[in-house]
Amino acid sequence: MRLRIKSWDNLFFQIFVNVFLASVLLAIAIPIWRVFMMSLTPLGYLDDKTFGLWIPPWQWSFEAYKQLFSHPAFARATYNSVMITLGGTAISMALTTPLAYVLSNPRLPGRRFLIVVILVPFLFQAGLIPTYLVVQRLGLVDNLFAIMLPAAVSVTNTMVMKGFFEGLPEELEEAARLDGANDLQVLWHVILPLSKPILLTISLFYTVALWNEFFTPILYLNSNKLMPLPVLLRNILMAANINEYVESDAFSNAPIQAFKAASVFITMLPMVIIYPWIQRYFTKGTLLGGVKE
Amino acid sequence: MKDILIRRTLADRPPNKVDQKRNLAPLWKNIVKYRWLYLMVIPALAYFIIFQYLPLWNAQIAFKDFKPLLGVWRSPFTGFDHFITFFKSFYFDQLISNTIIISLLKLVLGIPMAIALALALYETTFKRFRSLVQTVAYLPHFLSWVIMFGVLLMMLSPGDGLINAIIKSSGGKPIAFLTSPDWFRFVVIASDIWKETGWATIIYLAALMGIDSTLFEAAQVDGASRLQRIWFISLPGILPVIVILTMLRLGHILNAGFNQIFVLYSLPVYSVGDIIDTWVYRSGILDFQLSLATAVGLFKGVIGLVLILIANRVAKRIAGYTLY
Repeated sequence: MRLRIKSWDNLFFQIFVNVFLASVLLAIAIPIWRVFMMSLTPLGYLDDKTFGLWIPPWQWSFEAYKQLFSHPAFARATYNSVMITLGGTAISMALTTPLAYVLSNPRLPGRRFLIVVILVPFLFQAGLIPTYLVVQRLGLVDNLFAIMLPAAVSVTNTMVMKGFFEGLPEELEEAARLDGANDLQVLWHVILPLSKPILLTISLFYTVALWNEFFTPILYLNSNKLMPLPVLLRNILMAANINEYVESDAFSNAPIQAFKAASVFITMLPMVIIYPWIQRYFTKGTLLGGVKE
Repeated sequence: MKDILIRRTLADRPPNKVDQKRNLAPLWKNIVKYRWLYLMVIPALAYFIIFQYLPLWNAQIAFKDFKPLLGVWRSPFTGFDHFITFFKSFYFDQLISNTIIISLLKLVLGIPMAIALALALYETTFKRFRSLVQTVAYLPHFLSWVIMFGVLLMMLSPGDGLINAIIKSSGGKPIAFLTSPDWFRFVVIASDIWKETGWATIIYLAALMGIDSTLFEAAQVDGASRLQRIWFISLPGILPVIVILTMLRLGHILNAGFNQIFVLYSLPVYSVGDIIDTWVYRSGILDFQLSLATAVGLFKGVIGLVLILIANRVAKRIAGYTLY
């Protein structure tokens, strides 16, 4: 008798839990799916029944994508985004990795001082304007480096990486030192080859942040030709007149909403493509930086 | 929540006194011995000096009437004038209340939602379904707010947004969610929850996995129902993590989500959506009130620092952890 009651309890509980999960799944998937469907809407397509959630595949129109890809503004913005993301990640990693390694050396005199040096600005932010003045003074306004440099080192990422380095067996370093390697050689030949997972994780952290950057480009860049994809996307979404961004004959091929949806989807795509890696490494990295007992 | 950083202590224990004495005397010898490490840290140190400490130096224009031609140092000193202007201005109340209301609602509604989702993910017996939900729920975290703006337009725009299409087809009047002061905060909070809840479950899930499974077995033997097990074992088990994350969020209460609001807001909703950060941007960069905007930013920085230190204290006392 008792067992039966318990299994009923179990069954109801499982139904409840899984219905909840399914509704979360739908709540997240439906908006993204709708963007995708809208981007494929052919011109003059009328749909009253499915609220734009379903267009039969034989009616799909890729005109909006074709128009966007063939437009020079889009190619330029993509190029800028790629430059910012790759260049920025390279700079960030080149600064973060040695810093994390140096901080992970427990015997280094002055290590605590260095930690205080990086923590003070982390806890107390000077704010937007004082940083803007520095960038302006350096002559970086209207230069892609203004996007890559001011936030190049993330304290959180540095600490996660430092934690990883601290966990590596010390014997390996000692062995290399006995063979006459200096610290730089130890880092390059011993530590880095062992640290591929963390290097990938942190690179991905930086890559995602840089790819998604849109405020600093608006803040620091003036010329339209330097703007990355997210800024172009914002302009397209807010544009009353979409003619600036697609060929003037565009309207004959695809509705405005399809252009907007297609540009959302294109900007989203690189993240979706690298998402399997992101998911694997980010989860680990977040836990590394998060709960550490 | 990229800035989550919960660590027992950031720096390890200080070296013991004997070590310190030995280190102090032959300073030069140490520098020679560790020269490669010191050389290696120079680029990062230069970065911190230029992009973190120079801004701190520049922040003094909050106490000056900054004239770009005179420079930061030689601009005339005005004391606390800019702060007083800000405190007395009509937008002070509005900015502070918008910032705190939006921040608090995100926290109060977002954290229980994340805990509920984490519990559901933990309890479901369908492994594949769980990883499907996780994969989909984590994704929005990686999309920028500009993309979210696009998604929201496709859902909410009065013309052809999904929600409004449904409202219209059931005979209602379309609602301009993004430009209506009645709805703007709702959109900001709901979209933040939509975007970040999945990602926030990671840490709660890890905490749930860390609970000793013999506790659940013992409860089962004693005849506890599923809900009782959640209430008396799972939730108390992850309570320290909940406390820490809540404290961390409270410490950052003045960050109401600049990127999000910057993309989503517009003139009609300034009264309910304008937060400290967006105001600093507009008054400083667009209106060239550099000193005033810096003063407001500095005010926020000081309050933020105090809040973080308090939050750290509380978390340490209650849960035995420190945040930084």
